[in-house]
Amino acid sequence: MVTLTINGEQITVPEGTSIMRAAKQVHVDIPHLCYLEMLEPEYHCRICVVEIEGEPRLAPSCVRQVSEGMKVQTNSARVRRARRMIVELLLANHHIDCPTCERNQTCELLKLAFELGVKEIRFEGEKPHYELDKTSPTIIRDPNKCVLCGRCVRVCHDVQTVSVIGFVNRGLETMVSTFLENGLGNVECANCGQCIHVCPVGAIKEKSAVDEVWAVLADPEKHVVVQEAPAVRAALGEELGLPAGTLVTGRMHAALRRLGFNAVFDTNFSADLTIMEEGSELVKRVKDGGVLPQITSCSPGWIKFMEHFYPDLIPNVSTCKSPQQMFGALSKTYYVEKAGIDPARIVSVSIMPCTAKKFEAQRPEMADSGFQDVDYVLTTRELSRMIKEAGINFASLPDEPAEELMGLYSGAATIFGATGGVMEAALRTAYKLVTGKELEKLDIMPVRGLDGVKTATVNMDGLEVKVAVAHGLGNARKVLDEVREGKSPYHFIEIMACPGGCAGGGGQPISFDLVLRGIRGQVLHNEDKGLPYRKSHDNPSIKKVYEDYLKEPLGEKSHHLLHTKYTRREVV
Amino acid sequence: MERILTKNVGKPNSQDIEVYSGGGGYKALEKALGMKPEDVIAEVKKSKLVGRGGAAFPAGLKWEFTRRESAETKFIVCNADEGEPGTFKDRGILLNDPHLLLEALVIGGYAIGTSKGFIYIRGEYYREIETVEKAVEQAKAKGYLGNNILGSDFSFNVQLYKGAGAYVCGEETALLESMEGSRGCPDCRPPFPAQSGFLGKPTAVNNVETLCNIPAIMTNGGDWYSRIGSPDSPGPKLFCLSGQVNKPGVYELPMGITLRELIENHGEGVKGEFKAALPGGVSSSLLTNLDTKLDYRSVAKAGSMLGSGAVIVINKDTSIIDVAKNTIDFFAHESCGKCSVCREGTRRAREILTRFSNGGGKAEELDLLLELGEVMYDTACCGLGQAAMNATASAIRLFGKEFEQKVRK
Repeated sequence: MVTLTINGEQITVPEGTSIMRAAKQVHVDIPHLCYLEMLEPEYHCRICVVEIEGEPRLAPSCVRQVSEGMKVQTNSARVRRARRMIVELLLANHHIDCPTCERNQTCELLKLAFELGVKEIRFEGEKPHYELDKTSPTIIRDPNKCVLCGRCVRVCHDVQTVSVIGFVNRGLETMVSTFLENGLGNVECANCGQCIHVCPVGAIKEKSAVDEVWAVLADPEKHVVVQEAPAVRAALGEELGLPAGTLVTGRMHAALRRLGFNAVFDTNFSADLTIMEEGSELVKRVKDGGVLPQITSCSPGWIKFMEHFYPDLIPNVSTCKSPQQMFGALSKTYYVEKAGIDPARIVSVSIMPCTAKKFEAQRPEMADSGFQDVDYVLTTRELSRMIKEAGINFASLPDEPAEELMGLYSGAATIFGATGGVMEAALRTAYKLVTGKELEKLDIMPVRGLDGVKTATVNMDGLEVKVAVAHGLGNARKVLDEVREGKSPYHFIEIMACPGGCAGGGGQPISFDLVLRGIRGQVLHNEDKGLPYRKSHDNPSIKKVYEDYLKEPLGEKSHHLLHTKYTRREVV
Repeated sequence: MERILTKNVGKPNSQDIEVYSGGGGYKALEKALGMKPEDVIAEVKKSKLVGRGGAAFPAGLKWEFTRRESAETKFIVCNADEGEPGTFKDRGILLNDPHLLLEALVIGGYAIGTSKGFIYIRGEYYREIETVEKAVEQAKAKGYLGNNILGSDFSFNVQLYKGAGAYVCGEETALLESMEGSRGCPDCRPPFPAQSGFLGKPTAVNNVETLCNIPAIMTNGGDWYSRIGSPDSPGPKLFCLSGQVNKPGVYELPMGITLRELIENHGEGVKGEFKAALPGGVSSSLLTNLDTKLDYRSVAKAGSMLGSGAVIVINKDTSIIDVAKNTIDFFAHESCGKCSVCREGTRRAREILTRFSNGGGKAEELDLLLELGEVMYDTACCGLGQAAMNATASAIRLFGKEFEQKVRK
């Protein structure tokens, strides 16, 4: 333990503690920009500097560790002057288009400038004029707003282990870019969008489809159907001013109707369908001696990551399309048959917590309905902007259900949005498929929670089924390397690209706080508990779609509409 | 004064091992290997030798810190990434007396307890690289490098790293990053390289000139050395005299000679009339007093720093604004871009000084530059950013009128 004084107050903290952390004990949150909890400090911004008695210069508190007898001032005139000037310098080189910047409600630079009392920008001069990187189908990067904090580089490299962005050039020309400045669309980007969450400013954002969706909603020739992923209902409220942890399923459906969607369905329906298909696939692999472990396929960030970095594991990955794509295919086949609508008139829109879903929807093979199965993907953030733009008072909306045909869902489906949820849902149904009996204890606790890799063993009438769950691509590597080396003891592995699962997807309200992501996941577990059906195979709409249309899991129609193939991709 | 650092310069084939050992070379190594490593360090501490790369850290202490670290693997790195404008002293040694450096490096390795040394050499020093490479081969062949040097238990090898042209890689932590294959950006200290350096191992990083004092200290003793020149920072110093003087060049002189003596007795006087001098390259503040003693403490007392000893003389025909602008142009070009304050600070300072240079300055921008200089000193990660505004700030303080004349009317 180390005893030191911060702002005159003596405290004792463990050795190795940073001054920034220690300062929390004296109720001080030291202003900072490049530092982010969960990422290694890189001390680029120099805003978190503090004064240490006896030292000639100020020290960055994010990385500087405490030492015995140290006397620290976090708020001296010298410190305040330095912080103000650094923010002033950053602003002098920033494209200040705050009113039209989509991060104006969540911009950390804007907040810092205000909180630190920066009153004017005394430096006049050139502003950067870089071209925007629009090569990616999902993410746009604007180097003109970048403050070079390096958080995106760290999250991509350290957390996701994808490493497609880094600093290029030197000094005043330093920028964040990709290999050979080829653009994000031409490298191994998984489209996970975690870089958006950590960006303190508006330098990284999703490629928006809001205007395209407004256009089809206004087109009387079009019949616009919409689906919403599980995790959206756990976070949309946050973005619209409700407390974190507010479940807004009913208001979400109500808002979508008021935006003019012709049929409001729910991705949770197709999540149940995924369980039927994927659970059957697992049982088949186990019984027929197929390739094991089977790995889930609903996270398109994970899929693209796998195609680049683990293409040898393609035989392990479930052939099931993701719930979004299953829904898309059915919206232009099953639904049009039931509703008697020309499929050419259908526009299929999805609301996703995810940026990678935009890429997935555009994959050329995702057209088994005879049309592009999903036409537009909006993130949770984009939907909230549409709701605001339409002037809908979201908080006061009544709860409305989705349309039953493809909108009724079980609790197993809704927990897809939390890490471990797909696994839990699959086990509930796999148990039935293997044993013919219903699983009694539906809450499979070992696969819940925020540990990076979680494992469990489930006894299915003597068959010990071993499972693992990983969220975040860095964690995924740990599990995948075992599979690659032939050492994996598991039958079934769930992988989600984003830390916290879909609750922390790249399209969710801006935050890289894993605890908040856990709260969103808990919202879904709570919803699960209160639903009349908690197992996918109990969902009446699922029974109906098999009876009326698909006939059986892994059947011919399913094979055609609900399953897919993967593509080996290169690593440059 | 008897030349210590440049004693072999001028001898025919001075870079050859035969010439070097013929003049008593590698005898200091022999002596050091007969001593305990701790005693080698004690001798260096006694000499009061401080680093000649710019920071003037006591060399013996640096070795002691590195030696005392418990890690099994340690390294010694010679910083030969000479890049400060006006500094051209190390290349003279590299070209003319590479064995002096190698002998010193082996002694250093023995002292701190490592068998692995590196020379990080400026990439543009093509001939120097070639010369050092040849010297390493010669030393290996003669058994001054390799296993069981001079029949002792001590083994030591040297590897060359070539820089890629970044000035900031002369900063020791950036140098180590560069050696590791990363971007050449400085790291935060602490931990210092002596605790966690190359590959996270304790590493002593010493400038070429610093090391080249070691053989003489081994031969003649630390006490002998500490009596040369200035008592605070004793020893010989290689002064790089440039700018508006009649005879620019590298001069080996005792620490503590005055600026006047250097310019008049050795540089044969100023071309034109003396206005000011940068005593430690473009990172230092301007000096106007010719009677300032050139040693670390005296120059610091006079408000500047001796740095690497690059004395740049400026005459009265030269615009001080252009001097300031030139220094900032350099730093803006060489900033690694990592610290916001250095990257954006040098960018804006360059713009302001360019406007002043063109007669378009604003009066309030002078205070802004001074404030910027203070904030950069306070908050930049490495010496580059901390010192980038020194010349400019001193120019404004000493020659404010020149700036005022360039304010837009």
